[in-house]
Amino acid sequence: MSSIPSLQVESGKVVLAGQWTLAAMLPRLTDLQLALKDAASVPNRIWDLTALARLDSAAAVLLWRSWGNCWPEGLVISDLHRQVLERVADLPREMPPPPMRPFRVPEFLGGLLLKALSNLHGLIALFGQLLLDMAHLLRSPKEMPWKEFTANLYKSGAQAMPVTALVGFLIGVTISYLSALQLKNFGADLFIINILGISIIRELGPVLVAVLVAGRSGSAMTAQIGVMRVTEEIDALSTMGISRSLRVVLPKILGLTAAMPLIVLWASGVALFGGMLAAMLQLDLSLIYFLDNLPRAVPVANLLIGLGKGLVFGFVIALIACYFGLRVKPNTESLSANTTSAVVTAITTVILVDALFAVFTRHVGVPQL
Amino acid sequence: MSVPVVELAGINTVFGREYVHRDLSLVIGEGQVVGLLGGSGSGKTTLLREMLGLLRPAAGSVRLFGVDLQEPDQVLQRNVRRRLGMLFQHGALFSALSVFDNIAFPLRELKCLDEDWISRLVHLKLAMVELDASHGKLMPAELSGGMFKRVALARALALEPELLLLDEPTAGLDPDRSQNFVDLIGALQRELGLTIVMVTHDLQTLAGLASHVAVLAEQRIIAFGPKDQVMTVDHPFVTGFFGADRRKLL
Ligand SMILES: Nc1ncnc2c1ncn2[C@@H]1O[C@H](COP(=O)(O)OP(=O)(O)OP(=O)(O)O)[C@@H](O)[C@H]1O
Ligand SMILES: [Mg+2]
Repeated sequence: MSSIPSLQVESGKVVLAGQWTLAAMLPRLTDLQLALKDAASVPNRIWDLTALARLDSAAAVLLWRSWGNCWPEGLVISDLHRQVLERVADLPREMPPPPMRPFRVPEFLGGLLLKALSNLHGLIALFGQLLLDMAHLLRSPKEMPWKEFTANLYKSGAQAMPVTALVGFLIGVTISYLSALQLKNFGADLFIINILGISIIRELGPVLVAVLVAGRSGSAMTAQIGVMRVTEEIDALSTMGISRSLRVVLPKILGLTAAMPLIVLWASGVALFGGMLAAMLQLDLSLIYFLDNLPRAVPVANLLIGLGKGLVFGFVIALIACYFGLRVKPNTESLSANTTSAVVTAITTVILVDALFAVFTRHVGVPQL
Repeated sequence: MSVPVVELAGINTVFGREYVHRDLSLVIGEGQVVGLLGGSGSGKTTLLREMLGLLRPAAGSVRLFGVDLQEPDQVLQRNVRRRLGMLFQHGALFSALSVFDNIAFPLRELKCLDEDWISRLVHLKLAMVELDASHGKLMPAELSGGMFKRVALARALALEPELLLLDEPTAGLDPDRSQNFVDLIGALQRELGLTIVMVTHDLQTLAGLASHVAVLAEQRIIAFGPKDQVMTVDHPFVTGFFGADRRKLL
């Protein structure tokens, strides 16, 4: 087959032949471009394109460019191929360049600030909507989405038990081991109970679980709501007269808010157990002694603070996850960006709220010696 | 005769325990415009996916341009794929890229064309499917259903394919656009000698474009041949599909 695109110059005449298509040109693109440039550099030549087998638009653009964006004087070509070239010739001469914004620091910072403010605004609006939904549910309790609520409780609660237990156990062992090394030096072995009890129950348990849950359930919530936005499922819901906040957002937030204290309790328990084991091996502290002294060393207020933190963290994580989920625009890039933002914002906010807790409960539950 | 462009031999497709195709064979020659007909759920999209190599049939072989799609040679496979364009039933535009970038994407992937060339080609394709140059900035989510389809077609045409697979190209277009689409594809076909396989339920498109018709029913191709011959086949699906219009189309 004479499929190879060829170009010959014979006595002032340029003859093109063969298949001038993208696929056929690709292997010898640079040669062809050079040859065309050479041929077009001499003016007043006749271009004979009657021997062309095929001319596709990629080749037509190439020809048109080498002619300097205008028709050559003597052009012999079949009508079919002339049409292809005419389409290229009809294109507007100046392509609009893609607009580029210069980077300016104040503009960038201002943009960030505005974005943060609009996120805050959106979060507050979602919170308000949530309160309205709760009020509505109080008046007509039959509409409570129990099924979704329990499903969320199971997914973000029960299914998170193995991973939180594993991480809790390892952290408990590590802290106990490291503290025991120090305490031994001072001969203050018994304080291991205070250290473990207070740090795990009051601080580490809730924060650790919050970080895990933000990565696990928070990202899942954002992605799920986001995909529902992408596939217009949310719109389908509202056309059926079903409130998206009542059916999609509320059960997620209530579910995680209810599940978090339970996971915190579970994870703290396992972490304490890990710490106890390490203390037994390292300091010869028996399990019975440890358990006997735990209530004395750690006032029960710490447990309540820990569980309270769990409750608040769960609420914050779910609220942020749902908010970013609803903000997803129908494209994959926005989905991934919002999922990332949801997790990062949730973890940051959790740590911020934890600091607030620390400040406001500084006089509560710390045993005075 | 040159090698057939598409050659399906003894194709079996099974989902779970359901047979979609059973011992299906079809040979499409160069330059043919084949309308693939069949009831909803008869496995037309599935057949196109098998031609693209997106789905491997349980049995049988698929050859494009004489190359078996199960050939392990990567370079050969890539070169075959560059010679075909596909318009998916639901568009399948890259949602994170603008219209312009969607069309430019396969061209940029070739890594031999300069930006000016690509930009002209993209604008050419946009003009071909009757979209403004200003539409290039839009994101796929900002397009209407018909525009979405036309951008998808422009992307399918970007690499100047020799084989074009169209899955319901005119569904969702208004009659005017649908006619323009038929004219455009017809013109391209005459200029470039394209081979086209299209799934369509639209009689107008079929009458305007197709040279051949293949009918998929009872899990195999029950009739394949020039349009006017297939229309006279005595099979409940064929008579039902063309119905009373059968005479008018001839
Ligand atoms: N990934 C899959 N898994 C299981 N079954 C499938 C899958 N894809 C398709 N099917 C089944 O194969 C059959 C054929 O589907 P296909 O999409 O090819 O239909 P179609 O002929 O294109 O129909 P339509 O005209 O409605 O688009 C259907 O019954 C469908 O349920
Ligand atoms: Mg289909």
